[in-house]
Amino acid sequence: MNRDPQIDSNGKLVHLLSIEGIPRDILISILDTARSFVSVTEREIKKVPLLRGKSVFNLFFEPSTRTRTTFEIAAKRLSADVINLNVGSSSQSKGETLLDTVANLSAMHADMFVVRHSQSGAANLIASNVAPNIHVINAGDGSHAHPTQALLDIFTIRHYKKEFAGLRVAIVGDILHSRVARSQIHALTTLGVSEVRVIAPATLLPSHLSQLGVQVFRNMTEGLRDVDVVIMLRLQNERMNGDLLPSAQEYFKNYGLTPEKLAVADPDAIVMHPGPMNRGVEIDSSVADGRQSVILPQVTFGIAVRMAVMSILAGQSQ
Amino acid sequence: MAANRKSPLPDAEQLMTALIKQIKGNIKPGTGIIGIFTGGVWVAERLHAALGTEVPLGTIDIAFYRDDYVRRGLQGNVKPSDIPFDVNDRDIILVDDVLYTGRTIRAALNELFDYGRPGCVMLAALVDRGGRQLPVAPQFVGAELKVSDDELVSLEREPDGAMQLSIKPRAEVIGKK
Repeated sequence: MNRDPQIDSNGKLVHLLSIEGIPRDILISILDTARSFVSVTEREIKKVPLLRGKSVFNLFFEPSTRTRTTFEIAAKRLSADVINLNVGSSSQSKGETLLDTVANLSAMHADMFVVRHSQSGAANLIASNVAPNIHVINAGDGSHAHPTQALLDIFTIRHYKKEFAGLRVAIVGDILHSRVARSQIHALTTLGVSEVRVIAPATLLPSHLSQLGVQVFRNMTEGLRDVDVVIMLRLQNERMNGDLLPSAQEYFKNYGLTPEKLAVADPDAIVMHPGPMNRGVEIDSSVADGRQSVILPQVTFGIAVRMAVMSILAGQSQ
Repeated sequence: MAANRKSPLPDAEQLMTALIKQIKGNIKPGTGIIGIFTGGVWVAERLHAALGTEVPLGTIDIAFYRDDYVRRGLQGNVKPSDIPFDVNDRDIILVDDVLYTGRTIRAALNELFDYGRPGCVMLAALVDRGGRQLPVAPQFVGAELKVSDDELVSLEREPDGAMQLSIKPRAEVIGKK
């Protein structure tokens, strides 16, 4: 009963709920498949017929433009039909439960749900209650996981750095509230990255980090020394108003990525950010637009990675 | 276990020479050569080198166009397709190692047409083993073989580049997957 719901009894990936629990060979096969989709997205006709006749429902209980759009593009480039539902503004506000909403959409012959929800575990709950021929992708649940973001990040790292072994990767910012950081840490350690560091003020660090096999730094210049990859996280504005941080200016002074702070990293270090960025809060514009930034390629790769995930999942239907 | 079987198969290197001979003199300058992964790419590499065309070699992995995706999902390691030339109005030779049902060729044609509208498309195969399920016919062929539906013919390549054909019971090959 404790079996990971995203892996079936034959070891195949049937849902993507979190990076935690996915074996290395499946992660690698997603990355390899995504590489082939990059070449599809560079063609004149950026579409393949794999998911023709399938219906993909984007179920967004929490607003998101970018993630929803990239999932929509990915599904359309696989020739699926895409239905976007901003559920927060419809059934849920009329009192329908999450599982009733899903049951109704399943009755419309959905083949795949892409779920974004503010509650951790929402995608798992849906995956545990849908028919076996329906696949669920977690597009971000609470502070739990955002697996496709982590996959596109490791795809980007592999693209620029080729190998994971021997790499030093630093994740900087609000680790405590970040579902992205959690998924990234699991992905990086599963793939054998030598050193995963997190850099954050004490108020934005969760307590269980040492169990995840990461090194913790409070100081940017110590933490960034000789790293090959810098992953900046978005500082959500709502965190500024509480007791966690004094002010945006203060945060930028200590944890904002500037050319001076970046100078202690490896000269060929790449700078990543999941977006949307707050310029002048967690990242300086000259770094965001600079030579080492791969923030826009991340967005492009994100579509190929989501195409890979969707085509692998949909191919496991019997 | 099939080691002692008397191989009914011709020598792949001789077939390669025969195939090159057929195509040489039959292609226009500017003709593009596209190999289908995996074995078709090996054959296409040899053709491309022997024909000395200035158009770079193209490769196609048909995984995203297979007609059995719904039943079998994505199989194995998908390789990126790469057609590094403009296919519009260009004559193309599609290259596969073993021509069988014709389904691979249909998938490759569908993918090719997503790159543009080629001129004349021809098909070259090292071996035609019969058993067609679609109206597909090769223009250039190394040899025709008669093989039972219970057996699979495949091309193998040694580390030194030498190629050879092998034949195995279908059940043995499918069981491994």
